[in-house]
Amino acid sequence: MNAAETRTLLARLLHGIAPEVDLDGLDPAAPLQEEAELDSMDFLNLVSALYDETGIEVPERDYPQVASVDGFVAYVAAASGSRR
Amino acid sequence: MPSLGADMEAGTLLEWRVQPGDTVHRGDIVAVVDTEKSTIEVEVFEDGVVEALLVEPGTEAPVGAPLARIAAVAPAAPAAAARPTRAVAAGRKRAARPRKAKAKPAARPGTAEPAPTVAPVAAHLRASPLARRRAAERGIDLAAVAGSGPGGAVVAADLDRATVVPAPAAPEAAVPGPPGRREDRQAAMRRAIGALMARSAREIPHYHLATTIDMATALAWLAETNEQRSVSERLLPGALLLKATALAAREVPALNGFWDGSYRPSPAVHLGVAVSLRGGGLIAPAIHDADRLTLDELMAALRDLVGRARAGRLRSSEMSDPTLTVTNLGDQGVDEVHGVIYPPQVALVGFGRVAERPWACGGMLGVRPTVRATLAADHRATDGMIGARLLNAIDRLLQHPEDL
Repeated sequence: MNAAETRTLLARLLHGIAPEVDLDGLDPAAPLQEEAELDSMDFLNLVSALYDETGIEVPERDYPQVASVDGFVAYVAAASGSRR
Repeated sequence: MPSLGADMEAGTLLEWRVQPGDTVHRGDIVAVVDTEKSTIEVEVFEDGVVEALLVEPGTEAPVGAPLARIAAVAPAAPAAAARPTRAVAAGRKRAARPRKAKAKPAARPGTAEPAPTVAPVAAHLRASPLARRRAAERGIDLAAVAGSGPGGAVVAADLDRATVVPAPAAPEAAVPGPPGRREDRQAAMRRAIGALMARSAREIPHYHLATTIDMATALAWLAETNEQRSVSERLLPGALLLKATALAAREVPALNGFWDGSYRPSPAVHLGVAVSLRGGGLIAPAIHDADRLTLDELMAALRDLVGRARAGRLRSSEMSDPTLTVTNLGDQGVDEVHGVIYPPQVALVGFGRVAERPWACGGMLGVRPTVRATLAADHRATDGMIGARLLNAIDRLLQHPEDL
């Protein structure tokens, strides 16, 4: 998955959790949970949905790396690359 | 019409899930009702056969009004042919347990006409409360709308796509309908919360206690546990806090129950969980028998409950019988919460965020993850000594997470 595809994926996953959030309106470098007003349950559901869709599992210790839109995109792009 | 929380005065019947002649069992979902706060699935409280549906979909009915007539299953003895019939969930207003409420005899025979049509397709239709409202206003058949929400649920934006000529590149973020309606719902919810909280502030002499709990052991155990689990089985710190509170509530029954002129302890622990809704507002449905669930079961129940609260798919029993409510504002970044009790409950437990803070222990100053736990309790029912017992129990239980 390249960065654009990952971003589209993130938009879709977010839509299932917080339908009113517009990914393009978020600061990509800022904390995603605050930007999208996700609580810890929402965030767990996001990571869970990512796993369901892609098989990519984000361990808890890596949560800081996926804590922003940019971080999420980079992490998932790298993880999907290394899986090929 | 059951009382789905002490702040509810009336509800609108959205759909029937049963037809006259259907056999129902306690706990079956028989109808869907819209309140100011949410769409609620109404469960039946006893076994029987549906004789008549008394309220048409789309009709608003006050709390306590009969919705349907259900005949108790006829016993073998022929003499008992005229078993009393009972209306579905005619809850006493303000009473926290519709389960106990005895029905009023159902109304005039003329009203016993069954609702003529309940389209079968409507029975399993998923739609947000807002979408239902708008669809009703605009005369849109929800069954004909493709849903884009969770689980294919129809959300308000879908209606816009359904009514407006569909532009191929229509942005997802289409303005959700006339702004006035959304504000109506918001305003209704604010009014409902305001009325209940004003009653609480007026009637309940609150006292407040707080304590700081060392979370180092609990979080270390949690990290280790989650490390070995797939993502769908991970636990959140909030599940530990809930379980500890549920067990503590069982230990201190004086804080787990209802006030209606005098205190009535509850034999079961139905933990109310305050869930903030997207777009504003708050709802506090119950996790039943939370003290008896394993941590995994409690986590699953919490996940399910939060999801359904936000999707507007709660069940009547969840709305009507919490015995003690927990509010966790940790994700909102505050240190502590001084709660307001949900009448007719007599206590509310609050948690702030789990954060690293200075901590003195054994003559040394260190840094530990801690959480501020607070209790708001009803002075008519208990004094601070009892309240302190609850907070101390929560603290003690959290020091042994493996036993939770």
